[in-house]
Amino acid sequence: MLDKIKLKITESKLQISIFCVLLLVFLAFTIANPRTFLSYNIYYAFMSIIPFAAILSIALTPIIILGDIDLSFPSVMGFCAWVFSAVFNQSGNIYLALVCSLATGLFIGFINSIFIVRIGIPSLIVTIGMQYLWRGLVMIACGGIGLSLVDTQGSVLYKVFVGRIGDVVPAQAVWAIVIAIIFAVILNWHRFGTHLLSVGDNVVSSRMMGVNVEKVRTIAFMQMGFFAAFAGILATLEVLYFWPSTGEGYLMKSLAAVFIGGTSVFGGTGTIFGTFIGSIIMGSLEAGIVSSGISGFWTKFIFGVVIVLSLTIYALMGKKISFRKKLFGFIKK
Amino acid sequence: MKNNAVISPTSEVTPPLVKMEDIHKSFGGVTALDGVDFEVGNNETVGLIGDNGAGKSTLIKILTGVARQDEGKIFWKGKELLKHNVEKSRNIGIETVYQDRALAEKQSIWKNLFLGREKVYGRTGFLKIAESKKDTIEMLKKMIGFTQKGLTADLSVSGLSGGEKQGIAIARALYFDAELIILDEPTNNLSLSETNKVINFCKGIKEHGKSSIFITHSIYHVYAVADKFIILDRGRVIGTIWKKDIMMDKLIENLEYVAKHGKLIGSYANV
Repeated sequence: MLDKIKLKITESKLQISIFCVLLLVFLAFTIANPRTFLSYNIYYAFMSIIPFAAILSIALTPIIILGDIDLSFPSVMGFCAWVFSAVFNQSGNIYLALVCSLATGLFIGFINSIFIVRIGIPSLIVTIGMQYLWRGLVMIACGGIGLSLVDTQGSVLYKVFVGRIGDVVPAQAVWAIVIAIIFAVILNWHRFGTHLLSVGDNVVSSRMMGVNVEKVRTIAFMQMGFFAAFAGILATLEVLYFWPSTGEGYLMKSLAAVFIGGTSVFGGTGTIFGTFIGSIIMGSLEAGIVSSGISGFWTKFIFGVVIVLSLTIYALMGKKISFRKKLFGFIKK
Repeated sequence: MKNNAVISPTSEVTPPLVKMEDIHKSFGGVTALDGVDFEVGNNETVGLIGDNGAGKSTLIKILTGVARQDEGKIFWKGKELLKHNVEKSRNIGIETVYQDRALAEKQSIWKNLFLGREKVYGRTGFLKIAESKKDTIEMLKKMIGFTQKGLTADLSVSGLSGGEKQGIAIARALYFDAELIILDEPTNNLSLSETNKVINFCKGIKEHGKSSIFITHSIYHVYAVADKFIILDRGRVIGTIWKKDIMMDKLIENLEYVAKHGKLIGSYANV
């Protein structure tokens, strides 16, 4: 029994340390500026801003677990947000706009997967191209002009997506948590999650054992498109305006959140919990730095320090775990 | 049966487990297999011996449905396999244990054992985790005699030794009722004690009444477990020798002769 608990702790060490990083960051902020960080307002602000990036990071995690990457999601997010806004402005039907936008996201994900999975171009290259392609299409489609979504404000959908629950909790925060839970459940307790991990770990072996590798990868890219669209809808509804630049600025932060969360760039390992904490860290750093009284010019530098430091810690820890395994010899005759 | 000198005639009434007839396969302009006949009986361990490039792995790829033959027929228990593919080959009970590629190393033992055939609740696809873990431990202990202390199903495969990894792959095959287990170079790069472990696992296959094909270029390892040896050279079967008919030193002598002359020593070749 004691052995089992020890093993569980060893296994969850990464998650525990990610959580500790989060606590440290917030502790530092609180010490630097107790007035801000002991009030509810800052957390309210975090809960309204972070969910968009968090949803993107969560959807990105399966792709990173597969050992792939998607750089096109910010542009997909922008394009789908445009679809949403344009359909709403034309038809006045917010549900139609929602369905069209989400379907577009799914479809774009499917197109990505055709190039990556069927034709076999590395995902890095395909999605660099797609990133320009979809951003370009947004620009062509809207002519560089934004669209107002003020008319959505009274709708039920607006309240469900970005309303304020009891005036204290932004609805998007609940959405992010629900999506995280769904992803975590699938990754840990569903066959699909097992297949994601094993394909990312050893694609040859997975194929030999009868895992439909192509299907797994296709689904991963399609859900990315879907949730990019979803995040785009939430982000435009939140500000009630569609900007042609919607989605820009999420790329590096969302990627960094996944890696801070302990998902390996080599594929085969990763947790949704880690990604979730990672996106909170990434999302709160900027506000934290500014409100701590440090000049805003420092933000990028500190981002860099946190990312590099946490990744170094994980790398060292990974070595230590296997070293201890050898030392104690769990498996020894 | 050109090029195929069978020394002991097989006197089976039941059809052999696998029979491959006149298999041809070429890649581009290169001929990998040039009319190979191959047979595995019931509860029989076959040592498939041959140098690099002899066509061992191509033959196995065809048998397991990874590649399709250009010409020739495959029979399973006397019935011809048509439009053969990986899935069909697994469904009828052919399992392959590859040394390096068999397991997803960062995943736990139980996930590896059930990979591709997870135990799930009905059609929901949710895993029966507790049951899978319990079965894993039972299987490892009973079927192939893992004796390690502190063995848990949650352990990641990367922490196991080379022989133990092979054991897990073999256990996986046995658990899923494979009738024919193909071991591709199972003892490559393994230490002596690890090799012994693997050879014991292989004996377990025969004890369970199953057949296996042991692919290797090390005669020392295969001699201990095989019932017969099929020698492949440059895309052709140049001989089938039963273990009871040959001593290890003669077998080695023969293989050296094969490497030089492309055929068996006279007395073995002409029966």
